[in-house]
Amino acid sequence: MFKRILLAVDGSEHSIRSVKYAIELAEKFGGTVDAVYVVDGDTAKKDVLHATDKFEVEKKRKEKIKPVRDELLASGVVFGTHILHGDPGPKIVEFANEREFDCVVIGSRGLNNLQTLILGSVSHKVAKRAACPVLIVK
Amino acid sequence: MKAEQLKQDWLGNVKGDVLAGIVVALALIPEAIAFSIIAGVDPMVGLYASFCIAVVISIVGGRPGMISAATGAMALVMVDLVADHGLQYLLAATILTGILQILFGIFKLAKVMKFVPRSVMVGFVNALAIMIFTAQLPHFVGETWVMYALVGATLAIIYLFPRLTKAVPSTLMAIIVITAIAVFGNLSVGTVGDMGSIAQQLPVFLIPSIPLTWETLMIIFPYALSLSVIGLLESLLTANIVDDMTDTESNKNKESRGQGIANIVSGFFGGMAGCAMIGQSVINVKSGGSGRLSAFVAGVFLMFLIVVLGGFVVQIPMAALAGVMFMVAISTFDWSSVKNLHKLPRTDAAVMVTTVTIVLITHDLSIGVLAGVLLSAIFFAAKISKVKVTEELDMRMQKRVYQVEGQLFFASVSDFPKKFHFADSVKQVEIDLTHAHLWDDSAVGALDKIEMKFAQNGIEVEYTGLNQASKQLKNRIGGLSNASGH
Repeated sequence: MFKRILLAVDGSEHSIRSVKYAIELAEKFGGTVDAVYVVDGDTAKKDVLHATDKFEVEKKRKEKIKPVRDELLASGVVFGTHILHGDPGPKIVEFANEREFDCVVIGSRGLNNLQTLILGSVSHKVAKRAACPVLIVK
Repeated sequence: MKAEQLKQDWLGNVKGDVLAGIVVALALIPEAIAFSIIAGVDPMVGLYASFCIAVVISIVGGRPGMISAATGAMALVMVDLVADHGLQYLLAATILTGILQILFGIFKLAKVMKFVPRSVMVGFVNALAIMIFTAQLPHFVGETWVMYALVGATLAIIYLFPRLTKAVPSTLMAIIVITAIAVFGNLSVGTVGDMGSIAQQLPVFLIPSIPLTWETLMIIFPYALSLSVIGLLESLLTANIVDDMTDTESNKNKESRGQGIANIVSGFFGGMAGCAMIGQSVINVKSGGSGRLSAFVAGVFLMFLIVVLGGFVVQIPMAALAGVMFMVAISTFDWSSVKNLHKLPRTDAAVMVTTVTIVLITHDLSIGVLAGVLLSAIFFAAKISKVKVTEELDMRMQKRVYQVEGQLFFASVSDFPKKFHFADSVKQVEIDLTHAHLWDDSAVGALDKIEMKFAQNGIEVEYTGLNQASKQLKNRIGGLSNASGH
């Protein structure tokens, strides 16, 4: 049922917790996991400002998703990682729908009401617009 | 191939570019006006600059998808020039800035920017943010609570409106709502009209009316130099950010030249110097803009709006503009640098704080950057000038072996000879330079001095492990000092 699993991560504690769920799902259904990390405009600005060149930017981002990679490697599940650019919500939805994933696993950042009001919830956006079932890990 | 590339740059993303261009034009208007007011000139100077620069850069720039116009960084540099000498000198300085930037481009100096360390760049954007913020404070002098309430309302709309829709830029929405409140509520607050006039006409070509003398050049040259360096610094940083956001490459030297051409055109059409804008470029890319067409549309649509809506623009309360500028300051400031200040290496933090402090004291971004670069150079020299010398006695051979580890150059050799025992009982000394590198004649001189001192005590010196470059240097200039001494 869940053969192709999309795992959306942002490198935070919350998102690392969701990795376990993606692995369990993949093991249960014999599926594969594709981990995506979306770099938005503000993050791009911050990353470029703090790095000497684009290789360092790339290296830092790979380091950021390294815990996710490590855990996937250890599990033995077939997986891939992708770093995408854009607005996280729409980008994840676009990626999931275009490549016809069977399920999206995404961590909830655990924002309070005010933060959600200003920042918006990526996981809610994905749940609303993705064509497949979405598992929000709390 | 070239024509194909050109077609792709201009027409590869028509729908996205046109829509994003319109959004950027709407977001540019309040900023162009506010930056003009910071610089102390009529709002038209910033608006004409934004029009000219955006349109020209769309044609000759090296980074499609990047937005350039009148900016806060440039406005802050020109404040004193405008106050002391007036608008005509600013226009002349703008043209000279363009010429300097073209020279930067021709001589491929974009590469020099790599000598500006990132802690200096972070200091630069933070100082810029603080200065944009403090430039708004004079507008509050002698104002009532109405001003504060309107600024608060502006900020609330700017940050909350995007939750409803992102189709209209929230800054524009804030300007419209606050202006409507001020006009219909008959509030007596300061408006853009009080700061200067809005001419509902297209810019015309004119040569700045200044005496073409040596004195004039001496007045405008320092400003033009600061403007060209600041402009390129921010433009190349923005280009890197757009490169990253769009996952594409861009031609930095072409961009330097393009910025120069855009500033020359701006100066001749009554506009002030400008550069690329990080905030607007991020808005452009987020709104779907990626080609040259979006900057072109942004410039043309901005001019169209001013010609049509000039009468509305003069009624915008200063409170709304101040609110927009607070938002610009908040988003320009690199908050992560403050949050992680204690985690940074001490020297990086010191460079960042020094850059900010010097800018705030001198009110000159370029002096801050220069000081930051110099301080990092000193820190770097200090860090690299630690030379370690370990010694070992070879009893059988009656020989002492010194192992030198580090970079030997003018800054590191002053204490170097003190690490050797010249009054030694051995007859032979070996200096192992396997883990060292000789960089200049000071290094060779220091070795000669050590050799001489050992010789005075009847000890023979032998060098081992010199690498090729160091050996060449030593053979070329070594031995001069002790040869002449005896």
